[in-house]
Amino acid sequence: MKHEALSTARAGAAAAGTATKVDARIVNVFYGDKQAIFDVSMRIPDRSVTAFIGPSGCGKSTFLRCINRMNDTIDIARVEGVIDIDGEDVNDRSVDPVVLRARVGMVFQKPNPFPKSIYDNVAYGARIHGLARTKADLDVVVQSALERAGLWNEVKDRLESPGTGLSGGQQQRLVIARAIAVNPEIILMDEPCSALDPIATAKIEELIDELRTRFCIIIVTHSMAQAARVSQQTAFFHLGKLIEMGPTEGIFTNPTDQRTQDYITGRFG
Amino acid sequence: MEVTSEPLPPTPAPRCGCASIVLSLPPSVGTEAVRGTIRRGGHAWLIATPEAQRTVSDRQIAWTRSLLDQGRITTGFNFDLLTNADSTYPEIAGTLAAIVGSLFTMLIVALLALPIGVAAAIYLEEYAPKNWLTGIIEVNINNLAAVPSIVFGLLGAAVFLNFFDLPRSAPLVGGMVLALLTLPTVIIASRAALKAVPPSIRDAALGLGASRTQSVFHHVVPLAAPGMMTGAIIGLARALGETAPLLLIGMVAFVAEVPNGPSDEATALPVLIYKWSTGAERAWEPMTAAAIVILLVFMILMNAVAVILRRRFERRW
Repeated sequence: MKHEALSTARAGAAAAGTATKVDARIVNVFYGDKQAIFDVSMRIPDRSVTAFIGPSGCGKSTFLRCINRMNDTIDIARVEGVIDIDGEDVNDRSVDPVVLRARVGMVFQKPNPFPKSIYDNVAYGARIHGLARTKADLDVVVQSALERAGLWNEVKDRLESPGTGLSGGQQQRLVIARAIAVNPEIILMDEPCSALDPIATAKIEELIDELRTRFCIIIVTHSMAQAARVSQQTAFFHLGKLIEMGPTEGIFTNPTDQRTQDYITGRFG
Repeated sequence: MEVTSEPLPPTPAPRCGCASIVLSLPPSVGTEAVRGTIRRGGHAWLIATPEAQRTVSDRQIAWTRSLLDQGRITTGFNFDLLTNADSTYPEIAGTLAAIVGSLFTMLIVALLALPIGVAAAIYLEEYAPKNWLTGIIEVNINNLAAVPSIVFGLLGAAVFLNFFDLPRSAPLVGGMVLALLTLPTVIIASRAALKAVPPSIRDAALGLGASRTQSVFHHVVPLAAPGMMTGAIIGLARALGETAPLLLIGMVAFVAEVPNGPSDEATALPVLIYKWSTGAERAWEPMTAAAIVILLVFMILMNAVAVILRRRFERRW
């Protein structure tokens, strides 16, 4: 059983043909007595977009939160197994979750800018990690992050106005700019477009496609169309188990597992 | 009514010819006497209540009237009420000593209850593990908020005065007792304010690689601060009006001098009101009413500050 899961995942990364960034082996997650993730193993390649799909409550967000140890913030959550980033286990005692989260950025379902100015939102990460020594350095960091997030032209004249005053789509791009301002290696996105309208969604998807040249992006999505549009690999989760993982085209055109087939054709979920 | 400090003149009636006369109904003085008085340039007044049923005699009314006519007594705002300390004479008693005593007490309460309360709330809400011990602490804080204030007074008398030998009747001890009384309110209000900060803000900070302490102090506490301040001020306002615990630690003493520091003998506004309200002389009644108004003005001011702070700093997200 465990070996089977391992080999499925390995195949997934091999097919993408790039270096492995995240290598998870036999990960189990428990919330108290309830097990949420069962023996998930997968390899996630660098500089590409990996989508996690599956019905609600299937554990895809839980697994995503293991990668930057956000589950540490939930008292009753317990994570077992090994998740290597560049060969280093994130759950190792020597790994400081604070440093880890600077390397692995995260974008949440609901846009959550700080109730501060646009500038301060983007500058916050750089400030706490000491990435900029002078105000001029910080200005550069903020501008380049906003440019890469495709938001610069819309906000350059009102950097001091509150980030919460932007529209939903702009807020989500602001949050992405905030995440990339600290120069992460991996960006985790937990249903980043589920609170946005189609036009804002299109902009975010465009942005994700641009960002994949520099970052390893992992996105959880409920929209299969979105997974098909933005991702190179797709992993299908069901009831806490990784059912199938492989190149997105393969998963959507020729799934090997019956449950994947049923889900992507809309028979359940 | 203000009374000039000069000694009262001797009874005016026999001295000058223009004496005044007071008449009750039915007239107890013959009309001839009235005519005579008016002819001599005096006054006559008609009062509905017969003299026997009044606390003020005809002669006293006549004196008062003549003093009024001479401009030696006037009615006006009694500034002595705000600038004098307490006195055994209601006409010169004031609330200044009590106001200063109350201010010193509030200062001690603010210095003790606010930092401890806010720190406790932050610890319990953001850092403490959820186990049986913190569970018990939480239940007890809620219970303490419902403990009658006189119990805190007894505690203060037993522990602070008898055991630690701190000065009696001092705002220092009063403040310590009231701080204990206020702490649960401050903690509960502060925790509610911290709880109201959406978890997404915490997630955002942690997701960026902020430590828990950075996330709490850079984002959560600033957002919760208006709520915390409101809770603190309402707690302070409650402490300002508390009487029972202060009676028990001796702040009910008669203090005729304005206290110079928190360890001087002092009393507080609500205690002064209690004392004045039990005064035997009639004149204490308006004094009590005036002192109540002063206390209420302080209360309204504090609550107004709380409302303004909330309005001013409230953030939406």
